[in-house]
Amino acid sequence: MAQVKNRLTPFFENITFDREDNELILNFGPQHPSAHGQLRLMLHLQQEQIVKAHPDVGYLHRGMEKMAENMIYNEFMPTTDRMDYIASSSNNYGFALAVEKLIDVEVPRRAKVIRMMLLEINRLMSHLFWLATTALDIGAMTVFLYAFREREYLMDIIEGYCGARLTHAAIRIGGVPLDIQDSFLSQLKTFLDKLPQNIKDYEDLLDTNRIWLMRMEEVGVVSKEMALSWGCTGPMLRASGVQWDIRKEEPYELYDEIEFNVPYSDKGDNFARYRIYMEEMRETAKILYQTMDMYEETVKNGQTDLMAHAPKYISAPKLDIMTQNYSLMQHFVLVTQGMRPPVGEVYIATESPKGELGFFINSQGGPYPYRLKLRAPSFWHTGILTDLLPGHYIPDVVSIIGTTNIVFGEVDR
Amino acid sequence: MRAYTPKDDVQAKSYYTDRYYVAPQVPKQEVETDEAFAADLAALKEKFEVKEAFIQMKQMIVYINANDIYGVLEFLRDELTYTQLSEMSAIDWLAKDNTFEIFYQMLSMTKRKRLRIKFFINNGDAVDSVEKLFRCADWSEREMFDMFGIEANNHPFMKRILLPYDWQGNPLLKTYPLEGDEFAAWYEVDKIYGKEARDVIGPEIRDTARVDRYDSERFARLGFEVPKGTEITGNEEPNNQDYQEEGGVFLIKKFTKESSKIIDDPQR
Repeated sequence: MAQVKNRLTPFFENITFDREDNELILNFGPQHPSAHGQLRLMLHLQQEQIVKAHPDVGYLHRGMEKMAENMIYNEFMPTTDRMDYIASSSNNYGFALAVEKLIDVEVPRRAKVIRMMLLEINRLMSHLFWLATTALDIGAMTVFLYAFREREYLMDIIEGYCGARLTHAAIRIGGVPLDIQDSFLSQLKTFLDKLPQNIKDYEDLLDTNRIWLMRMEEVGVVSKEMALSWGCTGPMLRASGVQWDIRKEEPYELYDEIEFNVPYSDKGDNFARYRIYMEEMRETAKILYQTMDMYEETVKNGQTDLMAHAPKYISAPKLDIMTQNYSLMQHFVLVTQGMRPPVGEVYIATESPKGELGFFINSQGGPYPYRLKLRAPSFWHTGILTDLLPGHYIPDVVSIIGTTNIVFGEVDR
Repeated sequence: MRAYTPKDDVQAKSYYTDRYYVAPQVPKQEVETDEAFAADLAALKEKFEVKEAFIQMKQMIVYINANDIYGVLEFLRDELTYTQLSEMSAIDWLAKDNTFEIFYQMLSMTKRKRLRIKFFINNGDAVDSVEKLFRCADWSEREMFDMFGIEANNHPFMKRILLPYDWQGNPLLKTYPLEGDEFAAWYEVDKIYGKEARDVIGPEIRDTARVDRYDSERFARLGFEVPKGTEITGNEEPNNQDYQEEGGVFLIKKFTKESSKIIDDPQR
């Protein structure tokens, strides 16, 4: 199409703006409410259609990998909370598991059960948060209020356990610091009994909603090849036809003793992702019921240990520290100097609510990791926007960002 | 005498190590102990030179030549079903022998196996981009460039990703201090106010633990403390603005500076 010369007076006299195309560059974010944090997108537009997308990240970069190299292992645990701050226990757990593999300790059964309960509560919290914010972006205010109400209840349970609502730091290397409080199981059961009805309420509001379907169906289709090539994991990958859940395929903790399904779809569009989040919430509820039974069993069998017994790496229980000289000395050394894992490398992946959360640790036998690489799923789920957005229209950007479920704490680290 | 700190590695060091302490090793197994890995390694050895291979933590680690990386990853993806590149980055060994160790963490979903491809490059060398094979390497290689300054050949957009484009220095190098270097300390002052404002504002203090325990009033000027009681208004006129309207508010006594009393003595 022939273009007239730009009529605006150029600031520099010797430059003329002779544009062949009709391309507009739209700067989306970093302060945009539907950018789910500090995402900046540079969108090249032809009318309303996106021809090129350039995600720009790093606005929340805190240099966590650098910090890890300068901290003892236990010191780094609260920092991991700030990665995926929607489900912070899952980060705590990923790091704890990697270090436990490195130092080769076996976590007591009750601690494992409590960890699984925390992980699954975090998954529910994350999925509810995802549903709430995505629905809000698309305009469904009611779903936002409902989902946040339920999430609040879960946060109260977590607060009762560890005192924090978002940054839990509830898991230690070698176990958990505390047993669950008396009201934990009864509160959780009350919540879980009502959850199917709640999920059905959300679905009644959304599944046949004309606007929701228009914004979700056939929008943001990620093919299987694209998902694999971009390193997508978690619901992003399962929505694209790959039934891969690390809890099932490479079971950690006690997931191999638990019955649950891995929902997947081969559509790859926004709606498939939405359906997978909803189904996963139901599966998570199933897992939580089973872990509650497992906890009761540990009570019956008198398995009360919460921390692994490994005096070289992990402090003795409080009672021993207060009564035995050697335990106190060892505790003092571990707190002031830190544990020294063996020389070696470990890469451990766990299934966080967002996808594969991996911790690569290179230890040189010192109290600080020589190199720690955080593999955060959202990093590549943001990257895929480069290839996913072109061809879509401006309103689709919001729903696609929503269903990729990115959290900038872990994108920028 | 001050303890010697090596300049090529300024990261935190343990302040005490038993001189007889020998760090234990994470055990390594022969590749032959695992059938699937052994088959993969044999297939790999037919086409490429493998320098070293072993199993650690149930994952195979294979050292190859730096030039082979594109071919190896293509072979792994197309022939050996390692269809996902989970992660890639570098480890800084500059202080030891002036090299970087690059690792590529691969996942095969059909075999449920993970392996790690590794090689060394000299300081200043570039790696071959595998962005054509795995799109995720687009961002990983940019992150590696950002953090270590290692460039990737044939990369479509070799720019910094997490730090600003005009940043100087590569933070994950062992020579880069945790609290940032000279450039980092002045970055925001230079950028927002200009270099001429350096004397007025001062460098950014990135040591979050730094607290002046004697200064209870002027915490915003940390690092530029003056003795207590020093006149700091700079001959500014006192402000006698009234913040309550003339008529007053129902049930609230009007506040005036004259009728109020300032308690100077902290002990009272």
